[in-house]
Amino acid sequence: MSLQQTATAIAGPRKGAGNPFRWQLVTPWLLLLPAFLSLASVSVYPILKGLWLSFTNTSLVTQEHDFIGFGNYRLLWVDDLFWNAWWHTITFTAVSTLAETLLGLAIALLLFEHFAFRGVVRAAMLVPWAMPTVVTSKMFGWLFDGQHGLINYLLKSAGIIKDNVNWLGSVDNALWTIIFADVWKTTPFMALLLLAGLHTIPKSLIEAARMDGARSLATFWYVRLPMLLPTLLIAGLFRALDAFRVFDLVYVLTGGGPADSTETLSTLNYKTLFSTLQFGYGSAISTAMFITEALIALGFCIFLYERLRRQR
Amino acid sequence: MIYAYSPLRRFGLYLGALLALIWSGGPFLWQLSSSFQLDRELTTGSPKFWPAPFTIEHYVNLVVEKSFQEYIYNSIIVASLTTLFCLFVGALAAFSLSRLDVRGKFGVLGIILSISMFPQIAIVGPLYLLASDLGLLDTYASLVITYLALGLPLVTWVLFGYFETLPREIDEAARMDGCSTLGLLFRIILPISLPSLVTTGLLAFIAAWNEFMFALAFTSSIDHQTVPVGIANFTNLYYVPWGDIAAASVVVTVPLIVLVLAFQKHIIEGLTQGGVKE
Repeated sequence: MSLQQTATAIAGPRKGAGNPFRWQLVTPWLLLLPAFLSLASVSVYPILKGLWLSFTNTSLVTQEHDFIGFGNYRLLWVDDLFWNAWWHTITFTAVSTLAETLLGLAIALLLFEHFAFRGVVRAAMLVPWAMPTVVTSKMFGWLFDGQHGLINYLLKSAGIIKDNVNWLGSVDNALWTIIFADVWKTTPFMALLLLAGLHTIPKSLIEAARMDGARSLATFWYVRLPMLLPTLLIAGLFRALDAFRVFDLVYVLTGGGPADSTETLSTLNYKTLFSTLQFGYGSAISTAMFITEALIALGFCIFLYERLRRQR
Repeated sequence: MIYAYSPLRRFGLYLGALLALIWSGGPFLWQLSSSFQLDRELTTGSPKFWPAPFTIEHYVNLVVEKSFQEYIYNSIIVASLTTLFCLFVGALAAFSLSRLDVRGKFGVLGIILSISMFPQIAIVGPLYLLASDLGLLDTYASLVITYLALGLPLVTWVLFGYFETLPREIDEAARMDGCSTLGLLFRIILPISLPSLVTTGLLAFIAAWNEFMFALAFTSSIDHQTVPVGIANFTNLYYVPWGDIAAASVVVTVPLIVLVLAFQKHIIEGLTQGGVKE
């Protein structure tokens, strides 16, 4: 089919009869225009503007906005608060992604089996996902409350701890409590993704393995896991990128405290922007975050590529 | 079923299922129970799982003391408008990419997706300055415009995926009958895509309903603040009102849970389709 034929085929007989050829070439792009406009003004423009701001000393307090080259980045390089938040964010991302992937895989394997009430369990898994993160935060704030929290009560009743543990108010525990809350909230989503991946594995493969006498564990290790690996890695990548931006949980549960022990890049960035109103320096933090994210994604992609190549 | 499970395996399965059920449902059930208990019962040191005495004072507090209904009103407006715009703009884009002759459509889809990968904290500062210049701070418009762009990539991808499953013969038949391009979209494609539209709309609605950071940055008064900001600001001077917070959690989460359970099959499909393709 030539271009003109295609165009007329799309055109329908009547519309744009005067100049059918050009009009019909434009229509698809006209329909895409609202989406492009929206993304350009709310995503692309702010990103570029942010990049520019990171090279200025823009501040709503001093009302300055002069170009200062790499000044912000030089400050960032020696800023202890930044590196402190950077390490917390990396720890948070690594631990929560790993825990969510393993736990999600276990739940997915469970939900793949046939049993009564499977639908009920699967439906219950959607509760944490649908709940607003702010509500999750408040809920864990109550569960892990140092004085009257249910977790302390249960652990004490079970004899695991003797005295109340200050889960969110102590430097040693707060970050882990937040990681726990994140694992609770996002594991179900991971499990459903992996469940969908499990369903794409041909049943004949697993049956063939069983015919050959493979036990459940062997079937899992030699058939399901390799087949699931791409899904697992891609889901892990998206989870890691998402975990890296953690904001709501930290901001509501601890606000970054106690003593900056749960400060993450997003919360530090938000405070720099909206508490100290340093838009230039804040934008430099955003850019540094973005660079770190790109490195994480690159690492995953190289790993994925290597694995897929070795499988062939 | 081909394989019968051994009793031991069956036991393991049900134990795992029970744990998964407690893990996902337990914390919220405790929140539900807390919301019906008196403050002094909540702080006795030996929590009770069943609320006795039963009280609705926390729900009364929400309305009388906190004017919580205003946040809910704001959230309903913002999330509904976002959903409508997302579906409209997303359907136009997905239809164009799926049904019309767009050169490099996978490139366009890739760009749309990669735009959504940028950390949101990176755009909140510049957008704040822009909204301030345009006089849009503390308005519904600032939130709806932002959420539209945040929701569009997912909506476009999921709708595109659904449109691709519709047979091309439908288009040809409609063309034969003299249907225009837009007629094809609005009179043929959209009506038969209703299940997908409902799911996608629900996803966009939930995302807008739950969003916190932009709402925190852009709105400053109860006239336009949404539910997450309202709940985050729930603190009394001398103590944390856990009962009131629990009641608010129940009020904003139960409608979502009901919606999600009602459409759970479609949602799981929509989510995992979008997710696997991502």
